[in-house]
Amino acid sequence: MEEVPAALLLLADARLPAGGHAHSGGLEPAVTARAVTGLDDLRGFLRGRLATAGLTAAALAAAACAHAGVRPHRWRELDAEADARMPSPAQRRASRAQGRSLSRAARAAWSHPGLDALAAELADPHHPLVLGAAAAAAGGTPRQAAAVSAYGAVTGPASAAVRLLGLDPLGVHAVLAGLAAEVDDVAREAAASVEDGAEDGAGWGVLPAPSAPLLDLLAEAHVHAGLRLFES
Amino acid sequence: MGANHDHDPHEAAPAAGRALRLGIGGPVGSGKTALTAALCRALREEFELAVVTNDIYTTEDADFLRREGVLSDDRITAVRTGCCPHTAIRDDISANLDAVESLEARHGRLDLVIVESGGDNLTALFSRGLADRQIFVLDVAGGDDVPRKGGPGVANADLLVINKTDLAPLVGSDVALMERDAVRVRGGGPVALTSLREHPDAPEVAAWVRGVLHEARAAAAPVT
Amino acid sequence: MTRRYTARAAVTAERDARGRTRCTRLRSDGPLALRETAGAVYLVGAAAGPLGGDVLEIDVEVGPGARSAVRSAAAAVVLPGDGVSRLAVRARIGAGAHLDFAPEPTVAAAGCDHRSVTEIALAEGATLRLCEELVLGRHGERPGRLHSRLDVTVGRTPLLRHELRVGDRHDGPAVLGDARAVGNVLLVGPGLTREPHSEEGLAVLPLAHPSAVLVTAVAPDAALLRRRLARGESIAQVAASATGPAVAAASS
Repeated sequence: MEEVPAALLLLADARLPAGGHAHSGGLEPAVTARAVTGLDDLRGFLRGRLATAGLTAAALAAAACAHAGVRPHRWRELDAEADARMPSPAQRRASRAQGRSLSRAARAAWSHPGLDALAAELADPHHPLVLGAAAAAAGGTPRQAAAVSAYGAVTGPASAAVRLLGLDPLGVHAVLAGLAAEVDDVAREAAASVEDGAEDGAGWGVLPAPSAPLLDLLAEAHVHAGLRLFES
Repeated sequence: MGANHDHDPHEAAPAAGRALRLGIGGPVGSGKTALTAALCRALREEFELAVVTNDIYTTEDADFLRREGVLSDDRITAVRTGCCPHTAIRDDISANLDAVESLEARHGRLDLVIVESGGDNLTALFSRGLADRQIFVLDVAGGDDVPRKGGPGVANADLLVINKTDLAPLVGSDVALMERDAVRVRGGGPVALTSLREHPDAPEVAAWVRGVLHEARAAAAPVT
Repeated sequence: MTRRYTARAAVTAERDARGRTRCTRLRSDGPLALRETAGAVYLVGAAAGPLGGDVLEIDVEVGPGARSAVRSAAAAVVLPGDGVSRLAVRARIGAGAHLDFAPEPTVAAAGCDHRSVTEIALAEGATLRLCEELVLGRHGERPGRLHSRLDVTVGRTPLLRHELRVGDRHDGPAVLGDARAVGNVLLVGPGLTREPHSEEGLAVLPLAHPSAVLVTAVAPDAALLRRRLARGESIAQVAASATGPAVAAASS
């Protein structure tokens, strides 16, 4: 990663108008359940989310980035791989809602045949697919797509924690800085899982699929919560 | 399904073939939801309507509108904003656009979709990517110096509503001063004084919206 | 420790001309034995473990229209040993066939390093009940490492790809919290609920595939885990009992 395209930084920026601010990645229900109350819990939460849902999404994003330049497109198959890795209906809905929003934002910014084909094939593609295709459109590599994805897997819930718990934003960013090496590890593992000839879909089945039982439980509990500030 | 992925982020006016999108913003408690309900009651016989609410906390505003029965349930959608109501109407309008598009997909041709912001501060402003027109709602109890101070919503909204005029004597606010200041800050732009308690159908505001809708309809009509 | 076992077991169930399921193959070697009873085929461990270094493989084939149940006689305690222990389960389930695969829990003992992979290939119209229960450590101990991966496909379409990783120092409030036991029941068949459900320690999750539900639960101990999974299963099958052939009933 000698050169980082500036366009890629737009994708990693929390100011990207792609709906992320309304999703907490399971943090809000964890706060409601008092499983996260301060910086230490938050660190544990982010680390677990990164290693599970974060790795799964980063691998799918890397696969999507590798696939974006390949013909014919097989987006529907990759989307089914994402479905198979998200048993929670609430999480599937959240992923598709964010995918749809990111698709709108990315296609307003870039014109790219892979991104356009994805939008044409699927009305509400899973978020990691759009992120991977958008990373390709921005000139990024699968490894970079995985990095943006893994980074978002921890920064989104961290920002929600600042808003929900009034945590010191300096402390939260120190936690994020402390997790940076783990974010790199996850992005590396995610990209490595794709590099074995998976750009045409042959190796998608073996992409990582680590699950987080509590995130699955929390995601469904959140749907019926009386007080909901975040969609997910 | 059937999502519109060809939304042009640069379009500023209501495009032919889609609903006019009207934003209603303003501080907490100024009467946005009451105004939304009033407009629905006043216009629902003439136009196809739907509403998107942006609640800070819960789906309370949407629930209020449903309870009031101003529109059928499936014409009201609540959007959650992750503690940031101004972000959802200005900086990142994705969730609201999705909600508007879903309503349009569900109901076919709609004339008007009202997007009601969550209560926020005086700097809130609807993005032109979300709202074709916007109304900013103040009330006299918030202080009669608010119009003079201005701010993006007060200065730039297509219509400024100063609500709860019936309370002015009780809270010691000078309505005439508020109106004068507002007109000046807004460079002569329209200002409506309302008391939704005394006139729950907000006739003046409804008339303004009706005018906007006829204008949009005329602009969209094919030239023959 | 220098013990290393490589053991294979295979079972094939087929439907005979009279429509009854017959076990046409039952093969096992090493410490992994198979015993056929009236209701199920039992995996019987003839030695402790698996231990680090052991490699166990189980092949299950259920022919079109046949019904098969696989159980185990006792919990498998995964122990440390000479390297990584591995268990691979591969099952092919034919059209209209049913497999009920529900071994006793796996206990990840302190210091273990275990990899388990389960691959299930369903033909169109095949049905499944698959249970997996993991206990994190024997009484009072911290578990070693355990990765358990499940891949279920229908034809060429993935239905569920689900991996649990324990002992990688990220088991915190997003993954397992204070739970000492975690498990799933995957149900594939007609008439299952499409309504998600959640309560303390339990979620019933209809998958994207229209005829599949994952019941997932966490608990402070194995007994409560089993009760939660059984409850989740009954919730998942509420619709099934009314409309179609029920997927095999829960074991106690």
